[in-house]
Amino acid sequence: MGQYLVRRVLTIIPTLIAISFVIFAVLDLAPGDPTSALPETIRPEVRQQIRKAMGLDEPFPVKYGLWLRQFFVNEPLSLIETAFDIQIGDGEKRLRVTSWGSRGVPVMDMIVERMPQTLWVVGMAYLVAIAIAVPVGVVSAIRQYSIFDQVGTFLSLIGYSIPTFFTGLLMILLFSVKLKWFPMIYDTNLQIVDWNSLVQQLKQIAMPVAVLGFFQAATLARFTRSSMLDNIPMDYVRTATAKGFRERYVVIRHILRNSLIPVVTLIALGIPAIFSGAIITEQIFRVNGLGALLIGAIQLNDIPLVQTVTFIFAFLIVVFNLVADVIYGILDPRIRYS
Amino acid sequence: MAVRTQTASTDNLAVELPERRYRTLWGDVWLRFRRHKLALVGVVVLGLLVLAVLGGPLIYTVDPEYSFIVDDIDSINQPPSVKYRLGTDDLGRDTLARNLFGGRISLAVGVFAMFVSITFGTLVGVLSGFFRRLDNPLMRFTDLMLALPSLPLLLVIIMLFRDSLKALLGPELGIFLLVVLVIGILGWMPTARVVRGSVLSIKEKEFVEAAVSVGTREPVILWQHILPNVLSPIIVSATLGVAAAILTESALSFLGLGFPSNVPTWGRLLFENKDFITQNPWLVIWPGLFISLTILSINFIGDGLRDALDPRQRR
Repeated sequence: MGQYLVRRVLTIIPTLIAISFVIFAVLDLAPGDPTSALPETIRPEVRQQIRKAMGLDEPFPVKYGLWLRQFFVNEPLSLIETAFDIQIGDGEKRLRVTSWGSRGVPVMDMIVERMPQTLWVVGMAYLVAIAIAVPVGVVSAIRQYSIFDQVGTFLSLIGYSIPTFFTGLLMILLFSVKLKWFPMIYDTNLQIVDWNSLVQQLKQIAMPVAVLGFFQAATLARFTRSSMLDNIPMDYVRTATAKGFRERYVVIRHILRNSLIPVVTLIALGIPAIFSGAIITEQIFRVNGLGALLIGAIQLNDIPLVQTVTFIFAFLIVVFNLVADVIYGILDPRIRYS
Repeated sequence: MAVRTQTASTDNLAVELPERRYRTLWGDVWLRFRRHKLALVGVVVLGLLVLAVLGGPLIYTVDPEYSFIVDDIDSINQPPSVKYRLGTDDLGRDTLARNLFGGRISLAVGVFAMFVSITFGTLVGVLSGFFRRLDNPLMRFTDLMLALPSLPLLLVIIMLFRDSLKALLGPELGIFLLVVLVIGILGWMPTARVVRGSVLSIKEKEFVEAAVSVGTREPVILWQHILPNVLSPIIVSATLGVAAAILTESALSFLGLGFPSNVPTWGRLLFENKDFITQNPWLVIWPGLFISLTILSINFIGDGLRDALDPRQRR
């Protein structure tokens, strides 16, 4: 197991480098120019100088190499420095990936600033989704073809087919415009200091969480149900029933434990997807998170920021693929690592 | 349909065989599909939507870009009425006309993007399933593509190539091609995996072995024996692929990065009208309803087809 883990972590590195190359190469083709945002009065020679100082005239391999070093060495070092408030080497001189849009602010600082909002929404939504989907899927499978199952299956198909941007707008219409229960726009500056602000935070996060959570729950419930249905006709279930165990015991101790293994893996695999989903949800409710940062960067042609955020999304996918594999191995002793 | 009857014309036939209708393979599929009530509802709803979108603009000849403010200053943000069937938007344009016209493009994007991804996915899947040497590199490539974050990358690629394609092919065609190609190229991986799996299992079947042993050439085996047998997973994933592509296009347009304002796809209409939700909720309800009905019907049809085409997998 330990050896397998080391090998898997090592294979991540070439994957990440390949992905970083794709993302860098695609964006390097961009016709965008960081000096285009500067005032018109700047003379062309000065523009040329600025471009040169930013290293934009270097050949592609040099640019890519420098970017790799900045991204994989300098940025993590700076992150560690700010996280633990220590000094490693000469931090001032270290070249960092800086934004074109907001003149020279390190991209990572912008991302760290936006991260909490996204994590709040995404995290809560996923917890809500799991809390709804798993019980619904389990009950649907045990009482297959019952009214509960039919309603649940139908609802999950609807939840999975209606785009989040429509459910989001419908919720705004119902709960903000008509009933005035929740605020229409997310207030990012809200600090939780007392009971009232906590209530307000919960109120403003309710709709984004519900929209994102419902969508995820639909997929997850379908999957849980079919995983349970795979296990119910198994011999070991019949044996347990034949031994005279009560249904509740058989379901919880035998069927559920085996059926949840693929569900847990799917939960791990779904984390990157829910971050992607947050791009749209944040746009509906104007949550000032990572997705909103990406959309803004795309509109401003801020290539370094786009590169970094896109890479973070890719990183999440690769890492949670690994996590899912490892969890599967731990939970299911039938999987042998060789 | 031809009816074959077994008649007891010969005297020595002891048992009279019951009448049995002769059915083709597709007749069988239709029979099983028909049992799926929700899939049938899906066919009807989708049929109506397609009919409305294709034929609607021919009958309902209001110009989607015409602003009724010119005739009547109060014609902005109207709810549905006899004069404006589905209401008007903030510039006094007719909502029904815009939805019908935009729906054509939403559906066309779905169908064309599906063709791109199915063609590419089938090609990769068949090649890697059939030729052992190609399997590893092609599947590694598929894995790499799956690890790319598709929504951010879609947004980025469209931003990068929008202007050059617009200059090359004109604003409408350029963006249409770009959106179709990008959605197709970032969406073929699941198809490739499913097709590869089917090819791998079909390849081991006795009839393929028989074909190999009588000396049939590889391309013929591929074309005549393998491809027809992997058709059902391809059809199912093509159906679901249309829904996925329509959803992706709507998401892109909803983020303001898809089609421009004069191409009012359903997603674009949601993007443009979401700020007027308090003044005139109908503006977002209609396009959202059309997208949802389309996706829902296609998914129902897909589910029905899956059961009808492969009865062994039935639950």
